[in-house]
Amino acid sequence: MDMNPVLAAGEARRARRGGALLTGPIARRAALDALRKLDPRHLVRNPVIFVTEIVSILVTILAARAAVLAEPWLFQAGIALWLWLTVLFATFAEAVAEGRGRAQADSLRRARSEARAKVLVRPDDRAIWSPRDATELRPGEHVLVEAGDLIPSDGEVVAGVASVNEAAVTGESAPVIRESGGDRSAVTGGTLVVSDWLVVRITAAPGSTFLDRMISLVEGASRQKTPNEIALDILLAGMTIIFLIAVATLVGLASWNGQPPSVAVLAALLVTLIPTTIGGLLSAIGIAGMDRLVRFNVLATSGRAVEAAGDVDVLLLDKTGTITLGNRQAAAFAPLPGVSERELAEAAVLSSLADETPEGRSILAFAQERHGVAVPALPGDARVVPFTAQTRISGLDLGGASYRKGAVDSLAKALGAELPAALRDAVDRIARQGSTPLAVAKDGRLLGAIELKDIVKTGMRARFDALRAMGIRTVMVTGDNRLTAAAIAAEAGVDDFIAEATPEDKLAYIRKAQAEGRLVAMAGDGTNDAPALAQADVGLAMQTGTQAAREAGNMVDLDSDPTKLIEVVEIGKQLLITRGALTTFSIANDVAKYFAILPAIFVASYPELGALNVMGLASPESAILSAVIFNALIIVALVPLALRGVRYVPVGAAALLRRNLLLYGVGGVLAPFVGIKLIDLLLVLLGIA
Amino acid sequence: MTLIGWAQIALVLAAIVAAAVPLARYIAAVAAGRVTFLAPLERAIYAAGGIDAAKGVGWKGYTLAMLAANLAGFLLLYALLRLQGMLPFNPQGFDGVPAWLAFNTAVSFITNTNWQAYSGEAAMSYLSQMAGLAVQNFLSAATGIALAFAVCRAFAAGNLKELGNFWADFVRINLYVLLPLALVVGLAFVAMGMPQTLSAYVEATTLEGGAQTIPLGPAAFQIAIKHLGTNGGGFFGVNAAHPFEGPSALATSVQIWAHQVIPFALALVFGRIVGDARQGWALLAVMLGFVVAATAAIYAAEAAGNPLHLAAGVAPGLGNMEGKEVRFGLALAALFAATTTGASCGAVNAMLDSFTPLGGMVPLFLMQLGEVLPGGVGSGLYGMLVFVLLAVFVAGLMVGRTPEYLGKKVQAREIKLAMLAVLVLPATVLGFTSVSVVAPFAASSIQDSGPHGLSEMLYAYTSAAGNNGSAFGGLTADTPWLNATLGLAMLLGRFAFVVPVMAIAGSIAAKPKLAASAGTFPTHGPLFVGLLAGVILVLGGLQFLPALALGPVAEHFALAAGKTF
Repeated sequence: MDMNPVLAAGEARRARRGGALLTGPIARRAALDALRKLDPRHLVRNPVIFVTEIVSILVTILAARAAVLAEPWLFQAGIALWLWLTVLFATFAEAVAEGRGRAQADSLRRARSEARAKVLVRPDDRAIWSPRDATELRPGEHVLVEAGDLIPSDGEVVAGVASVNEAAVTGESAPVIRESGGDRSAVTGGTLVVSDWLVVRITAAPGSTFLDRMISLVEGASRQKTPNEIALDILLAGMTIIFLIAVATLVGLASWNGQPPSVAVLAALLVTLIPTTIGGLLSAIGIAGMDRLVRFNVLATSGRAVEAAGDVDVLLLDKTGTITLGNRQAAAFAPLPGVSERELAEAAVLSSLADETPEGRSILAFAQERHGVAVPALPGDARVVPFTAQTRISGLDLGGASYRKGAVDSLAKALGAELPAALRDAVDRIARQGSTPLAVAKDGRLLGAIELKDIVKTGMRARFDALRAMGIRTVMVTGDNRLTAAAIAAEAGVDDFIAEATPEDKLAYIRKAQAEGRLVAMAGDGTNDAPALAQADVGLAMQTGTQAAREAGNMVDLDSDPTKLIEVVEIGKQLLITRGALTTFSIANDVAKYFAILPAIFVASYPELGALNVMGLASPESAILSAVIFNALIIVALVPLALRGVRYVPVGAAALLRRNLLLYGVGGVLAPFVGIKLIDLLLVLLGIA
Repeated sequence: MTLIGWAQIALVLAAIVAAAVPLARYIAAVAAGRVTFLAPLERAIYAAGGIDAAKGVGWKGYTLAMLAANLAGFLLLYALLRLQGMLPFNPQGFDGVPAWLAFNTAVSFITNTNWQAYSGEAAMSYLSQMAGLAVQNFLSAATGIALAFAVCRAFAAGNLKELGNFWADFVRINLYVLLPLALVVGLAFVAMGMPQTLSAYVEATTLEGGAQTIPLGPAAFQIAIKHLGTNGGGFFGVNAAHPFEGPSALATSVQIWAHQVIPFALALVFGRIVGDARQGWALLAVMLGFVVAATAAIYAAEAAGNPLHLAAGVAPGLGNMEGKEVRFGLALAALFAATTTGASCGAVNAMLDSFTPLGGMVPLFLMQLGEVLPGGVGSGLYGMLVFVLLAVFVAGLMVGRTPEYLGKKVQAREIKLAMLAVLVLPATVLGFTSVSVVAPFAASSIQDSGPHGLSEMLYAYTSAAGNNGSAFGGLTADTPWLNATLGLAMLLGRFAFVVPVMAIAGSIAAKPKLAASAGTFPTHGPLFVGLLAGVILVLGGLQFLPALALGPVAEHFALAAGKTF
């Protein structure tokens, strides 16, 4: 092979993010699959299209019989042809939806089959290993993975640190660090170790690795009908039975005064009345919905989870990194009485010179911008005092002077000084604003405080407003104290917050919301998030997170971006809306079809019923044929909508309902009048009718 | 159409809605067991029946109790009809009712249909009328209301295991709702001139010297419950068109009021039981909207008159007065026809067979829409709730959430049961009609040829399966085939529909009640009212369009072209 399978898979993934709905190879393969799917054993899962196929077979036989007996057969053959096309268009729609995931699956499969495992005899001895096929690995075994090796299966790092290219699953080619212990210990089979080595304890059984799940997901192979889809299927099957009764009994009713209509005509009436449009597109909608999520780099363990996302009422979002930028930034200096602001700024700069953290950098930048304090390079003779978790103080000694900054209490304690009342006031004020205070001292004398501010990401307030309009409450989760949390919550515009949150608090909050009849979604990555992720109705785990978190959640975000929870909810809603919209459209279509077919059928017995031919269709035959053709073509016409999904606008349910009812309900009543008339005109023009 | 006609219609409808509001408050109190002014009597009944009124049961227990009560009612009524010749209160000396007719009639009265294949004054003893038919008028109405209570309760709270106690509901509805109302309305009817006597028929000599037998009987109170309970079975053969059963325009107006007020009130009772009055008003708005539209359609069609008569020079100002009572006029005949078929009552004050094709189609279509506009007492409400669930399911998906109604998710099980229930009407009506217009032994009952003949048969099965009971006319209904199959249609229409509905109630009751939010599909307000009306028309009506096209629609266009059959 000429390309590293991992990179090839990554390429494929990136290509998938944009991408036309239908490309040449996919279309060709879909056309073949569409034919294969005509197998009644496959179609029986789809009652509406199954009935259509049975009726098609029946009319085909009748047309053939008529041809053999030298009776007029062309009209029947025409009906039969378009009934078959109706079935074919439906299977084609499903095949296209599946085909879009298949190219991706193929390259993933290569990444999986390439891997060879170095199985360690003893976990602590990297010297002795035996080669084995990756697909034969058992959970609990330990493998060695070295630079240039594919990680053979999912597992937990037990020793070593390495950079890993995870492009095969995330599409992101920048390597990430994986190491034992902590929250970065999970590795995924099929990803590539670029440097160093790891000892990995295998956690996944063969065939159930993350990669396996991804393959079956993008292929739609393991797709099971979701609860809503099952309910909708029942509705459609019920409607099919009702129309079967209505059409079958016409034989008797029409016999009362005149001849009953021919089987071909009744078949045409039946197929146009039963909801073939939604019946034909239903599974394509489901596959495309999952596919949208995959393109968005989120993997759901089931379609059920995607649907649940649409139902979510409460979003639990971590403050840091989700609502606020991950890092606090210096926003103000609060000098003690007798200290000038500039004096404080200069001390702050010097104490932060060696501080490489984003917070430290922000102090330098702020002092320079706001107070014009020069930021020198770190002098060679400076003695750096690094930050430790114990002292919580950092700074440097320079030319006999000492500069320190740190947590207010820690610094005061280290200096053996009482906290001045003025500083205490300043610190309280800063905390009330949702910011973090840092104290600064020069030569053992406290000068004042720096305000480090949590910066709320731009646009978050608008997004929370949009969520509120959709009926979703956002809850901010933070380890900050209540005062700080309340201030940031108010600034970000969330509906509620959990301050000083422990994992137990999160779990308790979720349980309480669920007991009130709400559905909760949350994102998380750490092992201690796992119980809450499992309890939440939608748990979005980060790909960078621990194995425990990834298994507890029902979705994994390959980009590890917790804000995507919001889009996941939108994708879930879009899936349901698309189903509802096309069902409404499909049922509303029936009105026009009646006006086309009923006068055509009965005009022989009651010529006066021609008055119902409001579309002015040319002849009974052209009317019936036009309705059948419209019924088939509308499936093809709506395939792009089914695959792309109905556009979702985050407004309240009432406004959304009004808009969609108008578009798909009223539109569904009117559209076929126009469509059938146009097809009829075309048939006349072509001399067919 | 005249202004005075419309004023009559508006007045009666206003009186219905005005009375429905306080009545709903009262019925809701009865449902909650808060009305107790006959407590000693109630306790005595429970003691006699061995009933523990405080013990609630689930949907299965409730449904079984209902079925047991109805089976017992059927057997008693059947026996009474067969044996009436040997029993007292039979001054005319009528014989026992023949087997098939007795079956049909017993089924008809326990299912709240009151289809009458007999003529009361020529076949029923006073005992049969009072102890049989009138009693069932109460019991079948109470059955419907009790079932509606149970279904309402399912939506009231989350994780419910019990839907109430059928026997307690049944007794309370009779004691506190139906009996007092029937007493008041019955007295009013007596004051308006309806007979209430046990004396034999009067032999009169007419001005020309001919002999005439004038039938009498204990009519007024039976007529009161006939309307209040949306039963519709007339004391006399021609029902409310009879001068003793509908003596005046006022009497006919009170009858319309009486067969609408409880169904409309029950819509509001629903709102009260689920704790959100707006939900009840939304249902009432849909019901009222259809009643007004249907009345307008009938009134317009009848006022336009028969084109053939107009062409022959009949005075155009009168409209189509054939088969209508001059003392009621077109407006009250139209309102009566729309309300009696919309409400599953089935009483008539004019001959539907003589309506114009479109004027006759509207009552037929109202029944085919599922008898939910406002439907029979109780049955209209639970039937409407099936449509609500279907509407919420289809349209609810369009707001991007698993559909829910009043905080209860609508899922596969509810949809399956709802579709089962919805299937009953088209399967029964279209199936039996289709066979009956082809099979010679059945088709021979049809009086007219052409599309009107089809309408006559279609109407009979629609009326039976819809538990309406009104007759179109022009059909010889007292034949073994029609007695048996119409009886079957009535049973299916009542019980094959309500058992799945009760199963839905059981499933809904057990679900948690989810909190509402801005993302919840609003089920009140004009948008939902419009949506529900649309779903009733499309899901309820579409399957009957081919049949209607072959019947009244074909007849209408043929008549317009000057063609008769």
